[in-house]
Amino acid sequence: MVGCGMRKLGVQAVEDIARGAAVLASGGGGDPYLGMVVARQTVEEFGAIELLELDEVPDDARIAVSMGLGAPTVLVEKVPRGTEPEFALEALEDACGYRFDMLLPSEAGGWNSLHPMLPAARRGLPLLDGDGMGRAFPELQMVTWSVFGQSASPIGVADERGNKMLIETDDNKRAEDLCRGATVMMGGNISLACYGMTGAQAKANSVAGTYTLCEEVGALLRYARTNRVDAYDKIMECLGAVELFRGKVQDVERRTTGGFARGVAALEGFDAYRGSSFTMEFQNEFLMAKRDGAPVCTAPDLIAAFDVETLTPITGEALKYGCRVMIVGIPCAPQWRTPEGLAVVGPQAFGYGDVPYIPVEQR
Amino acid sequence: MKDWRIGIDVGGTNTDAVVLDNELNLVAAVKCPTTEDVMGGIREAMASALAQVEGARERIGYAMLGTTHCTNAIVERKRLDRVAVIRLGAPATAAIKPMVDWPADLREAISDRWYLVRGGHEFDGREIAPLDEAELERIAAEIDGACDSVAISSVFSPVDASHEKRAAEIVRARLGADFPVSISSEIGSVSLLERENATILNAALVTVAKTTSESFVSALAAEGIEHAEVYLCQNDGTLMSAAYAMRYPILTIACGPTNSIRGASFLTGLKDAVVVDVGGTTADLGALTHGFPRESLLAVEIGGVRTNFRMPDIISIGLGGGSIVRKHEDGRVTVGPDSVGYQVLTRALCFGGDVLTATDIAVASGAAEGVGDPSKVADLDPELVQAASAEMARMVEECVDKMKTSAGDIDVILVGGGSILIPGELKGVSKVHKPENFGVANAIGSAISQVSGQIERIFSLDEMGRAEALDKAKDLARQEAVKAGADPETIEIIDVEDVPLAYLPGNATRVRVKAVGSLKL
Repeated sequence: MVGCGMRKLGVQAVEDIARGAAVLASGGGGDPYLGMVVARQTVEEFGAIELLELDEVPDDARIAVSMGLGAPTVLVEKVPRGTEPEFALEALEDACGYRFDMLLPSEAGGWNSLHPMLPAARRGLPLLDGDGMGRAFPELQMVTWSVFGQSASPIGVADERGNKMLIETDDNKRAEDLCRGATVMMGGNISLACYGMTGAQAKANSVAGTYTLCEEVGALLRYARTNRVDAYDKIMECLGAVELFRGKVQDVERRTTGGFARGVAALEGFDAYRGSSFTMEFQNEFLMAKRDGAPVCTAPDLIAAFDVETLTPITGEALKYGCRVMIVGIPCAPQWRTPEGLAVVGPQAFGYGDVPYIPVEQR
Repeated sequence: MKDWRIGIDVGGTNTDAVVLDNELNLVAAVKCPTTEDVMGGIREAMASALAQVEGARERIGYAMLGTTHCTNAIVERKRLDRVAVIRLGAPATAAIKPMVDWPADLREAISDRWYLVRGGHEFDGREIAPLDEAELERIAAEIDGACDSVAISSVFSPVDASHEKRAAEIVRARLGADFPVSISSEIGSVSLLERENATILNAALVTVAKTTSESFVSALAAEGIEHAEVYLCQNDGTLMSAAYAMRYPILTIACGPTNSIRGASFLTGLKDAVVVDVGGTTADLGALTHGFPRESLLAVEIGGVRTNFRMPDIISIGLGGGSIVRKHEDGRVTVGPDSVGYQVLTRALCFGGDVLTATDIAVASGAAEGVGDPSKVADLDPELVQAASAEMARMVEECVDKMKTSAGDIDVILVGGGSILIPGELKGVSKVHKPENFGVANAIGSAISQVSGQIERIFSLDEMGRAEALDKAKDLARQEAVKAGADPETIEIIDVEDVPLAYLPGNATRVRVKAVGSLKL
């Protein structure tokens, strides 16, 4: 089971992953602080977590995705118990009749990158260096595994009290709808275990190297913060990112429809962008960026905002009037740039029927 | 008539005192060195200010103190109360223990006992678990005699505080009706860990706040001022009564920058401007909007502890009177960020020293009349002086641009001893104001503070509609302002913010409202 290239994630690694995941979350994923503290405490208590590269995974390994679903604002108030991810995994295992060998995260996000570390550390299971998005998206079916025809079901669902459900659906969008309903009844934030798959499927259908990328970006942010130096250029280089704008937030218009925070943020430029305007539209995550009215970056490419002074990644919830931010566009995982990928998470999937997808680095 | 005010500001270097008459004219102003015991400096500043105007003592009806007592207690880890920490929320929240992310020495100074008890609420007001009263009674017996103060927090107490309040009753039933108990719903907003942290710090500061308030009152009495209304400054530019400060001492943290911005507003009559406070090592820029400092959007750490307090949004740059000026090989001239700091009075060229500082440039260019000895900088290369002056202006211009909230030109107010460095004209600035008495802006800010009330709640808009929810929130904020001493006639709502909560049905929305009013005279 144990590959020769296996790494161990210690306290500093999980902290760096939390910081970096907040950048790759494209404005979603919630505040990474909570995920960081939970993961650090878990590693201190149960020891470092094994991390395997996708190509080290045996084809017949049994792998499950461990993820949280709910509102970031609830998460920061009703802090998890820490055992929810295991409860969800148990519910899935009871239904399957076997135990899983390894775990995968669903996405890069302040909480969801760290969620699978809890059951992994407690059970001594390895994590895989990959995920289903290479970023964060708002919905359960918006993963590369869906693109390749994998089913999310059966899905183990659990809350902090140990209440459990099993959800089985005929398609992954339906699974999203049912799980969203369960989230509300269970207090606004729950754990899921889903997308049960083989090692062969994980290798073929996941975005590779997400933890490593999060860790690299997080380490740069930590280095910048500790040494009070500007790491902006290095982070841009590490992500292959394109600067889209620098400016001040003039207005954030939000509304809640369909159980999501949707809205648009308007910015006014400074530095080289003086005289220009900019908008970012979001459904939890930032999905569409326009400079002077013309699209400059759209989903599935990532749009990330940083505080100008501190390089702190700013999530959608924290974006407010007066924020001084740098906005960058980051190329998405190649899986999303296929016709099949764009059908799930391209501009059309979010209602931008008239905007063709053009990779951010070519705009 | 007792309708004059005395305002005191205790800073790291100086303690300032000002006296304002009933029409808010500045009638006395002094600067004294801050003493190690703090109170000595306050007494001296107060006595000298009162001595400047005959009959002032008899007229003082209001006394305002902006102080670093509480900040210092946390930073030095001294004089803190021992706190028993109770969190209601089990089985949720067990993944992060209270104080787990604190600096170890501060944790050791404040608390060695915490309890996680069944209770707390969901976002929609349902109970996570019924409150475990028997367990609370057991805990009350265990901490009786073993702590000075109690901090209670509960999951979603900003939505429903009933469990926290009941828990406080149980604790007081055992430890005494006057035993200090801080509950989180009265301290902070949504975000359990940050609110819990602030509540624990608050509980640890009760004795410091009590001592400070009492010494301030006795210092006033020693000057013959009795029956004055006594207030402490909060970090949002408003006041709280001494009694309120003893319950919520954490709110006094970092009131200095706020007072400086508010004082600058008062001295110029401006409501919207960028305030540049230039000291020896740094220039601190803050935005004045509608007469109040704009708040920062990032989490604020106090003594290494993460809280969700709102603090003024300040940008600091390395430009002050002691900033070192250099000419590089490629011809570039730089100013700072390193500085000789308070040693400027001995080390700058114009004071007979051997370091070329920003002050020397100001003196050489003729912008700083009466500072140092101009003959000592008369030999400086005029091109260097001009380049350095331009660089200082550029540094401030760039920073002012970042603080602006619209593209148009804005007024700038210069305060602080180092403001001689900044030219009278800046790009992107409609007018540079250098008010008289700029040196005591902080103490003036303290004397003119208003009182406020703030609430933050989650509402279900499907149940009551947005307009009704906002009205209810505004009423609650007004009630908070009256509780803090505001004249109901003068109360204005200055900030309304609503944030829909992702993923939740029923249009759950977080509403934050702040109401401000003049002191009820």
